[in-house]
Amino acid sequence: MFGVYIHIPFCRKACTYCNFHFSTNLRNTDDMIRAISGEIELTALPTQGIKTLYFGGGTPSLLAPSALKILFEALKEKTDFSGMTEITLECNPEDISIKSLKSWKDLGVSRLSLGLQSLNNAELQAMNRAHTAEQSLKSLSLIGEFGGFEVSVDLIYGTPWKTDQEWQQELEFILNLDHVQHLSAYALSIESKTQLAFQIKAGTVLAGKDERMIAQFELLQHEIQERGWEAYEISNYCRKQHRAIHNSHYWTFVPYYGFGPSAHSFDGHQQRYHNHANNARYLSEINAAQLPRIEERLSDADCLNERLMTGLRTIDGVEIAQLHRFHGDWERENRQQILHFIEQGLLYKVGDALQLSASGKLISDRIISDLMWVE
Amino acid sequence: MKNIRNFCIIAHIDHGKSTLADRLLEYTKTIDKRQMQAQLLDDMDLERERGITIKSHAIQMEYELDGEKYILNLIDTPGHVDFSYEVSRSIAACEGALLIVDAAQGIEAQTISNLFMALDHGLEIIPVLNKIDLPGAMQEEVKDEIVELLGCERDAIIPASGKTGLGVFDILRAIIERVPAPKGDPTAPFKALIFDSVFNSFRGIIAYFRVIDGEIRKGQHVKFMNTGMDYRADEIGVLKLTPTPKDVVRAGDVGFIISGIKEAKEVKVGDTITDFNNPALQSIQGFEEVKPMVFAGLYPVDTEDYEDLRDAMGKLQLNDASIVFEPESSAALGFGFRCGFLGMLHLEIIQERLEREFNMTVITTVPNVSYIAYTTKGEVLPVNNPSDLPSPDKIKFVEEPYISASIITKSDWVGPVMSLCLDKRGILKNQVYLTSDRVELSFEMPLAEIVFDFYDRLKTISRGYASFDYSPIGFKESHLVKMDIMLNANQVDALSAIIHRDSAFDLGKKICKKLKELIPKQQFEIAIQAGIGAKIIARETISALRKDVTAKCYGGDISRKRKLLEKQKAGKKRMRSVGNVDIPQSAFMAVLKLND
Ligand SMILES: Nc1nc2c(ncn2[C@@H]2O[C@H](COP(=O)(O)OP(=O)(O)OP(=O)(O)O)[C@@H](O)[C@H]2O)c(=O)[nH]1
Ligand code: SF4
Ligand SMILES: [Mg+2]
Repeated sequence: MFGVYIHIPFCRKACTYCNFHFSTNLRNTDDMIRAISGEIELTALPTQGIKTLYFGGGTPSLLAPSALKILFEALKEKTDFSGMTEITLECNPEDISIKSLKSWKDLGVSRLSLGLQSLNNAELQAMNRAHTAEQSLKSLSLIGEFGGFEVSVDLIYGTPWKTDQEWQQELEFILNLDHVQHLSAYALSIESKTQLAFQIKAGTVLAGKDERMIAQFELLQHEIQERGWEAYEISNYCRKQHRAIHNSHYWTFVPYYGFGPSAHSFDGHQQRYHNHANNARYLSEINAAQLPRIEERLSDADCLNERLMTGLRTIDGVEIAQLHRFHGDWERENRQQILHFIEQGLLYKVGDALQLSASGKLISDRIISDLMWVE
Repeated sequence: MKNIRNFCIIAHIDHGKSTLADRLLEYTKTIDKRQMQAQLLDDMDLERERGITIKSHAIQMEYELDGEKYILNLIDTPGHVDFSYEVSRSIAACEGALLIVDAAQGIEAQTISNLFMALDHGLEIIPVLNKIDLPGAMQEEVKDEIVELLGCERDAIIPASGKTGLGVFDILRAIIERVPAPKGDPTAPFKALIFDSVFNSFRGIIAYFRVIDGEIRKGQHVKFMNTGMDYRADEIGVLKLTPTPKDVVRAGDVGFIISGIKEAKEVKVGDTITDFNNPALQSIQGFEEVKPMVFAGLYPVDTEDYEDLRDAMGKLQLNDASIVFEPESSAALGFGFRCGFLGMLHLEIIQERLEREFNMTVITTVPNVSYIAYTTKGEVLPVNNPSDLPSPDKIKFVEEPYISASIITKSDWVGPVMSLCLDKRGILKNQVYLTSDRVELSFEMPLAEIVFDFYDRLKTISRGYASFDYSPIGFKESHLVKMDIMLNANQVDALSAIIHRDSAFDLGKKICKKLKELIPKQQFEIAIQAGIGAKIIARETISALRKDVTAKCYGGDISRKRKLLEKQKAGKKRMRSVGNVDIPQSAFMAVLKLND
């Protein structure tokens, strides 16, 4: 069993908060598609067992159907799609039309992850998004009318521009749409080297208050619970039985192959590798028939820490037995710390698993870091 | 003996001593061009990286002039004020000194202090106007300054460049013609001055000496007059590029001795070596012990490494007799050592050497000077650590060390320099114009005031055009108080500082603010307070951590995020806790970074 991730490193505009790898120069897309299919060709992909395929970015939806088709064909050449359970395409509202939806359906896309982020024009503009709130609403109704896709929506909260009330309205609107089964709700993080980080440092944007982030997180939990949705990961929420399969596999250490600049791969054990996050360099290496890989060998400590980190973020938590595969003394060494977190109501122990409480989720990075195995 | 010349090279920092030494070694063919590298004598890694000399280096050269063969013993010295004791020892082994002056900089503070040191020992001074290849060289102005300072003839000054080699032959001729040959009695009982010692992990301790009278032979039974210990001279020799064994070293010459000495304490720099059976009547007058100027606590990051730290400090002391240390303990930091240093650069260097040579990362506490407390009971207590200061009701008064500071600057900057020094509790003692636009200002000021943030501010206000030198002048009574820092009402002993009453309020506020920046949020609120006795003079609050969450954790995020959180954890493991508050290492040095 394995998944495939394809990174499409292009966007129409650069969102101010974004630290993903992309270029806004769209002239090279054809070369890039050829190179990515070249990388697929160069890779020894198992002929059987692919379960999920995910087009991420960047903005895969800006590609012409013919370009996407080249990638599908390159993959099908190497591996048998018959066991495929999910094919996701990240898309932005400005790219949604009956025509594009039809072309994606024809290619076999089963799930759309729609980057809405906000339903407020002032906020969209402040973040330099390429679409308006009207386009967002329109795209949602088009998808609903067209039907036949699993639909996930991305929203951002805790920004300097969104009031609690606006957040509540956005949530209610999205969660009440029958054809939306999944929500990825991201607390805005200010990543270094982004335009937003620069604006905040320069004082042209005021960072959102912690209080606002906390209130909006709590609002989110409330709305989710009220509707019987599942909070199955810190940033991921869904109707029952509608978890994202590809993304969930990241947290259960299923192997995946990543293609395209900056894409990451994992062998399911202790080996990760990733491609250079540089389009020109990626192109020239593939043209020279080389895989542009940087390898990373995971130590036992790395493996334990990754399981701790991803596990604690999920609804089922992390099973201690999973950690003890890498370090048999982990629980004993961390007993005091664990008890302390439990007493503070940040952590639960359920059977053999540790799970974060709602307040624990809010400071999950600190809790995870404190429990890591670092010599 | 008449063909031996012993001389040292002295100057202000960076005026080109070591570079000129390179040229002398090259022109006398002591080394060939292939072996040449810049500042060859700076052989410690730290010296090479920082581009400064830390230790004096002696080396023997041979040179033929007008058909006569000469032996020239050169000692390159450091320029930084922290290491001026190295200069004073080197001077004691010589009859002459090259006084180097950078033609683009002119006379600076250490030019003057090192010159006076050499004159005190009756050395023949050869002034060298260096770096004349520089476009900014002001040959005539700087010559004026030198003539004024030395009272020498203008044509006694040798223009030179250590970079191009210009003037090097003139310098060699001047050394031979002007520096007197050593005086001494080759037939008298053996007598030599130890002017340096180094530790070599294979050979043990190597002592460097200058023979005054008589001669020493390999295998001779010798006595160190001061310590009273006696040894067999297993190996003796002269200091070429590497120590070169000889059977005999004679009066006037510089040499080394290896005699199975294991303990650094047995070799006192300044001691006299003589023959065991036929000793000299009188020892040579030695050196004053170097006194540490600043003290700081050094603690192992990992409390279990205490013994390793002791070991490392002991080994460092073999090489650097100027460090002193004694055990101390702190509630916040555990067991460590209170160490005395010659200055802040010296502290920094020791810290770095511990890290490099012994793989020991240490937490350093805020440095302080040494105070003297007079108690109501009539006791006189040295205070090297703020926590040693008795409580206010038991103190009659406290004295702090003062220095005489000399600052040389352009006349344009006199105003700002003056106000900086007055701000630092300085008292102007003298003001002398060296030339029409360069002034030497003399102040008396508390040593404590130059420990923190003095050099940097001096450099900034003078745009780099100010040099500074100081020497201790004794103790004076001052209105000093001990300021304590509390985190959630728990006093952090390692953050206490002795400060002047008048700056307490301002300093307290700044420290609290800095600590707020440096201490990470915890799951509860943290109150930071500065207090004198029971009185709180400043307060800040670190709010509780309520939000710390990563939005995305997919394929590529996993290893990036893991590394970030692992790094956080590693940092936290190195923190110390007081009460329930975790304090990062950087906080213990917070006072030094108040203006960042
Ligand atoms: N242009 C020029 N630069 C020189 C000359 N002599 C030395 N320098 C440069 O000046 C700097 C300091 O030279 P050093 O020889 O290390 O000076 P120093 O006096 O030994 O310094 P300390 O031992 O730290 O006091 C180096 O960057 C040298 O390259 C010279 O004659 N001309
Ligand atoms: S569209 Fe997505 S990938 Fe592109 S800049 Fe915006 S947030 Fe980043
Ligand atoms: Mg030097």
